[in-house]
Amino acid sequence: MDRPFGLLAELTYRCPLSCAYCSNPIDLAGYRDELTTAEWQRVLVEAQELGVLQLHLSGGEPLLRRDLVELAATGRELGMYTNLVTSALGLSRRRAEELRDAGLDHVQISVQADEPAMSDRIAGTPSFERKVEACRLVKELGWPLTLNVVLHRQNIDRVGAVLRLAEELAADRIELANTQYYGWAWRNRAGLLPSQAQLEQAERVVSAARERLTGRMDVVYVLPDYYSRYPKPCMGGWAKRQLTVAPNGDVLPCPTAQALPFPRASVRTDSLAWIWNESPLFQAFRGTDWMQEPCRTCDRREIDFGGCRCQAFLLTGDAARTDPVCHLSPDHDLVTDAVRAANAERPAVELPLVPRPHRVGSP
Amino acid sequence: MRTVTDLPKLAPHVRLSFDAARNQHVLLSPETVAVLNGTSADILGLCDGQRSVAAIIAELRARYERVADDEVCAFLQRMAARHYVVISDG
Repeated sequence: MDRPFGLLAELTYRCPLSCAYCSNPIDLAGYRDELTTAEWQRVLVEAQELGVLQLHLSGGEPLLRRDLVELAATGRELGMYTNLVTSALGLSRRRAEELRDAGLDHVQISVQADEPAMSDRIAGTPSFERKVEACRLVKELGWPLTLNVVLHRQNIDRVGAVLRLAEELAADRIELANTQYYGWAWRNRAGLLPSQAQLEQAERVVSAARERLTGRMDVVYVLPDYYSRYPKPCMGGWAKRQLTVAPNGDVLPCPTAQALPFPRASVRTDSLAWIWNESPLFQAFRGTDWMQEPCRTCDRREIDFGGCRCQAFLLTGDAARTDPVCHLSPDHDLVTDAVRAANAERPAVELPLVPRPHRVGSP
Repeated sequence: MRTVTDLPKLAPHVRLSFDAARNQHVLLSPETVAVLNGTSADILGLCDGQRSVAAIIAELRARYERVADDEVCAFLQRMAARHYVVISDG
């Protein structure tokens, strides 16, 4: 059986931002009982034994965990490549220096747009200036910097300016990821899905920038799958390369799989090795035997693995169906209907978005 | 890379490591794991920004019977093109 390369450690779902495109679960109440430091450290040891080489410390906002430095140090001592995925709110100079001394390898900072007014509006809190300061701090401390930008209908027209910001901040990488529709983003899909014209313009800008920045900045552009002919090879195959541990200890083949109808698998009751190798959730969509038509006999079944199981479930109610993004899917009209609505004439005012709450019980 | 006096070093975002679970050398970066053979790992292990390409080749000659200068240079160039290695003037 394949061994996992990467562990996405979602340390908490608490977050100072309230982005409407967040892929965290809608039901945040189920994740209040977070793993302790000792429990996370045990998870990291088990992950290393299982073959994990990359540790992504994420959330929510991982800096809200007081033990973040300790957990980064543990990952590093286990030889893992440690990557912090953060909003940068809470990344003080002292905290940053502690993380650097703990051996943290890489920092990824999110920005919501290229300038304060839009970025703060999307983030739901004044944050842009602090993010920019944190980016400069990361570079000053000698880390490589990746900027993470989620693209959607309300900011995609600014992608050129976002790239100029990344250049000015001397980012080593930028990930321009079109929104994937899970969690809060799923709830807000109508307000987030861009039009065809917006996407075509953005792609022109990104290709030109990529050429201009060759050798200076790595520009990663994640395609919007609603506009693709074929689905994405989700997670590089189900339970094949990656695993996620949620704040409460639930273990998932991908960060959005908590919605699927399988018995929960938790590090509080089972070992990571058993969960990876034996649990029904991880076994469910390995290989190709589970596939229905048209995937079962499709030439691309080992290329895209039938697409995303969570997307199939969200759209059709059956996680084993072909990802409806695929133009060969019998459910493809579910996607084309959403795309048609995104390209219809609309009033100039954008649709209102539902912000994700900062934590359970907060507005 | 222009001359054997150039000083190659690993890019700041990558780390050379040994993957004990799979018994192989790897080069780690945030989103990728590049699997290396023993010779490649040896060469990259010598890319410390202090040793010149010539010094790296000399060091390899002490370890291996046959070392082809042009192959080492070509390998370093490939690694540089993939942003794994940064080469500064000697």
